[in-house]
Amino acid sequence: MADRHPLFMPLIFVGGLLFGFGLGFSHMARPEVVLNFLQFEDFGLLFVMGGAAVVTGLAFALVPRLRERAPLTGDTYGRRLKSFDRNVLIGGAIFGVGWGLSGICPGAAYASLGVGNVTILWALAGMFVGAYVQGYWRSQRTASETSPAGAD
Amino acid sequence: MGAELIAPALYETLFPAGISRYAVGGLLVGLGAVVIYIGTGIPAGASTFLESTLSYVSEESRFQRYVGSRDWRVVFTLGIVGGAVIYALAFQSGLVSSGLYESGTTGQLYDVGGLTLWLTGVQPWRLFLGGVLVGIGTRIGKGCTSGHGVCGVGSASKTSIVGVITFLAVAIGTAQVVMALGVSP
Repeated sequence: MADRHPLFMPLIFVGGLLFGFGLGFSHMARPEVVLNFLQFEDFGLLFVMGGAAVVTGLAFALVPRLRERAPLTGDTYGRRLKSFDRNVLIGGAIFGVGWGLSGICPGAAYASLGVGNVTILWALAGMFVGAYVQGYWRSQRTASETSPAGAD
Repeated sequence: MGAELIAPALYETLFPAGISRYAVGGLLVGLGAVVIYIGTGIPAGASTFLESTLSYVSEESRFQRYVGSRDWRVVFTLGIVGGAVIYALAFQSGLVSSGLYESGTTGQLYDVGGLTLWLTGVQPWRLFLGGVLVGIGTRIGKGCTSGHGVCGVGSASKTSIVGVITFLAVAIGTAQVVMALGVSP
């Protein structure tokens, strides 16, 4: 960590700026717009997710052919591949209920704060509570599976 | 673009706010992820920040596994907030205008020192309860709208495509039920 390239953090920040600007510009940072999409009143949001996935898809396909390693980390370029198990379905369904109820997802919530929507702090607080609850539960479960009872 | 390709009335029904602001915003979201990817090789997602930031205050093993990335994830999130502030300064406040940008009618605008800010009308209980479920679900499900939806789909990952179909379908069902129950906004 200490040997990170001096441009590592600035680049992450610039990437975040573009990401957040896009979420603001597209109005995906507004829960109402997401809810209008989920309620079939405005399908424009398809172009946010689709447009973003097309751009990343092109980059993820092309960049590894042009270069072997990322200049700021020396890491090889890979794709975002995660193993499939039932957690993907269970977690996805829980996330879906939350997204459908609130109209907000994590990245859009950060951007929502940036457009002035202080009310979104309710959602952000909820997200931290939810992340903590599942993390606490899964940490305890892992601990009890890998060590004899009472070893904690 | 699409207006000429399909019947105007249908277009108006499907896309009452047009598509350009959505498409341009989406391209920028993708570009943000690509900038990070080209420089660092990292396909970034937004929801890991929740757990990685908890590692600053909790010793639980589930959070401690993200210690190595927690600092840049904070920077990424601050960037997202900052990018949205720049948007608010430029377009929401009307300093810059563009034919590609449709301002919209949702929520309410308010002014702070010349900066036009925006507030949601969605009720706090929906935001909080929904947020709790988003926090649980994205972390158990290995990703959110950006991790699975943007980077995962962009990677043609079957796991992510299944994840997106799952959360999208359930979200549509949930939002329809909530609307049918008369909860608004």
